[in-house]
Amino acid sequence: MLFFVARRLLYLVPVLIAVSILTFVIASLLPGDLAYVILGDQATPENIAALRHDMGLDQPIWLRYVGWLWHILQGDFGRSFRTGQTVLQAVSERVPVSFELMILAELIGLAIGVPLAIACAAKAGSAFDRFITGTAFGMLSVPTFLSAILLIYLFAVELRLLPATGYVPFTEDPVANLRFMVLPALTLGLAEWPGIMRVLRSDMIAALQEDYIALAKAKGLKPSRILFVHALKPSSLTLVTITGINIGRLIGGAVIVESIFALPGIGRLLVGAIYTRDLIILQGVVLLVAAGFVIMNFIVDLLYAILDPRIRHGHA
Amino acid sequence: MSGVLLSVEDAVVDLPTPRGNLRAVDHVDLAVDAGKTLGIVGESGCGKTMLSRTILQLLPKKAKLSGRVMFDGQDLLKLSPEKLRKLRGRSLAVVFQDPMTSLNPVLTIGTQLIETIQEHLELGLAQARQRSIELLAAVGIPAPEQRLAQYPHQLSGGMRQRVAIAVALSCEPQLLIADEPTTALDVTIQAQILDLLAREQQRRHMAMIIITHDLGVVAGRTDEVAVMYAGRVVERAPTPLLFKQMRMPYTEALLAALPKLDAAPHTPLPAISGRPPDQTRPLKGCSFSPRCRYAAGRCNTEKPSLRAEAPQHFYACFHPIAAGVDA
Repeated sequence: MLFFVARRLLYLVPVLIAVSILTFVIASLLPGDLAYVILGDQATPENIAALRHDMGLDQPIWLRYVGWLWHILQGDFGRSFRTGQTVLQAVSERVPVSFELMILAELIGLAIGVPLAIACAAKAGSAFDRFITGTAFGMLSVPTFLSAILLIYLFAVELRLLPATGYVPFTEDPVANLRFMVLPALTLGLAEWPGIMRVLRSDMIAALQEDYIALAKAKGLKPSRILFVHALKPSSLTLVTITGINIGRLIGGAVIVESIFALPGIGRLLVGAIYTRDLIILQGVVLLVAAGFVIMNFIVDLLYAILDPRIRHGHA
Repeated sequence: MSGVLLSVEDAVVDLPTPRGNLRAVDHVDLAVDAGKTLGIVGESGCGKTMLSRTILQLLPKKAKLSGRVMFDGQDLLKLSPEKLRKLRGRSLAVVFQDPMTSLNPVLTIGTQLIETIQEHLELGLAQARQRSIELLAAVGIPAPEQRLAQYPHQLSGGMRQRVAIAVALSCEPQLLIADEPTTALDVTIQAQILDLLAREQQRRHMAMIIITHDLGVVAGRTDEVAVMYAGRVVERAPTPLLFKQMRMPYTEALLAALPKLDAAPHTPLPAISGRPPDQTRPLKGCSFSPRCRYAAGRCNTEKPSLRAEAPQHFYACFHPIAAGVDA
């Protein structure tokens, strides 16, 4: 198992290097020279040339990349020329918001999706199954901005139960924090459960056809044990994958949901950086988010190995 | 130990298929006495496995079943799911054909044994564990204690089938159904597994049903043989009697299809020509008549019923093989 973890960790290195190159190249290819952006359209060509030289923008791209990477390896991701904040400061301020949102959204998605999937698989083809599967299909086609607005209308405008927008840090006032988080997390969770439910349902229906389920029945095991142990465990691999992908995606912040509910998360930081052409923040944040995504996938790989012994022993 | 343990009475299984109704089991009567062994023999698709699933009540949901399956005085068809569950694994155990797929790949051998024991016997974890180790040792698995923590994929096919047998034996069942227990295994392992089953059957005084397509498997290992064709039992007799004077041409053809060790090299195997009939399109006459070399006259128009010749020898044929005995 230790060997397995070490090998997977080693795989991360080339992936992260590739991610850093892509991030840097894409940020460099964006139209608009950084020096122009900083100095504005009143700048003289001499001033721009001088600033370009100071920032090293006149150097070839690979040299700039190496310099950038060298600073990153020392923990220096750069500093916004607009706010003077370092990338790390900006990100560490926003991460708790997006992280909390991601955790709550996944919990809601799993809490709705998993029980429904198990119930549908156990009664595959029944009216209940068809109703839930149909509902899930419908929910998949509802964009988050629409459900966000509907939820705001229902809970904030009509029922006046929850605030529509805003944010209070959890450390300041946990109750108020959760009240602000409920609607955005619910919006994302409502978008997550249909995928979770459909994948787990079809995997479980397939597993329930297996010989080992027939044997489990022939052994006289309780139906609950057959369903939750013999069928659910081998069916949970794809579930872990899509949950991992969802979480990875939400590490980068939920741009739309954070904007609608005015949450100061990573998503809004990114959008802001794009609007203000704050390239240093942009490439630093994208790199960190991509690294988070890669690490999340690494964790999914480890979960695979825990769930399926054949992967752990290198048979599959 | 005597008396009928299991009797299947007039069992009919219909499976709806896109091509119409398929009669998988067609008015089958069978009985197994306590402590005895019954062999069920027939080609693929002749209803053997459906019959075993009928006994276990593990038929597909859409299958329609009629008749009676009496086990130890109770009709399994009328039993509540909960009572049936208490019987399965406890009194009525099964070994499936393919040990590669019949053990759960993500649970350890130990879990799969212990859960069965703890479900039916009131044993603590330590006792159940101890019993599992003894069972694995009894079915010939070396280093049984280490095996408990292993997963099915870490064992060979033969070893997995031994584990499956240990699971089946774990609660001392009264009846063990072995559904083609050696078909998926190497030839060298087959005899070992069959001998293991026979030995444990003797030792535990349990009844056993061996389902196979190989007459060689049932010879010498069973008390009685039932030959199935197209969902029906076409010949049934005590094993020595059957091999001494088989009356049904299909049984003879099955026996002829076995490879002979003393045959000259390159002798073609006398396979049974043709295929079993399409059971969604039942024949009017004897189901075997299109492939039977004795078929004549009413074989094609009338179904022969299963009749008793001697008190214990039943067959369904209008033109039985004479074998020097009056027909």
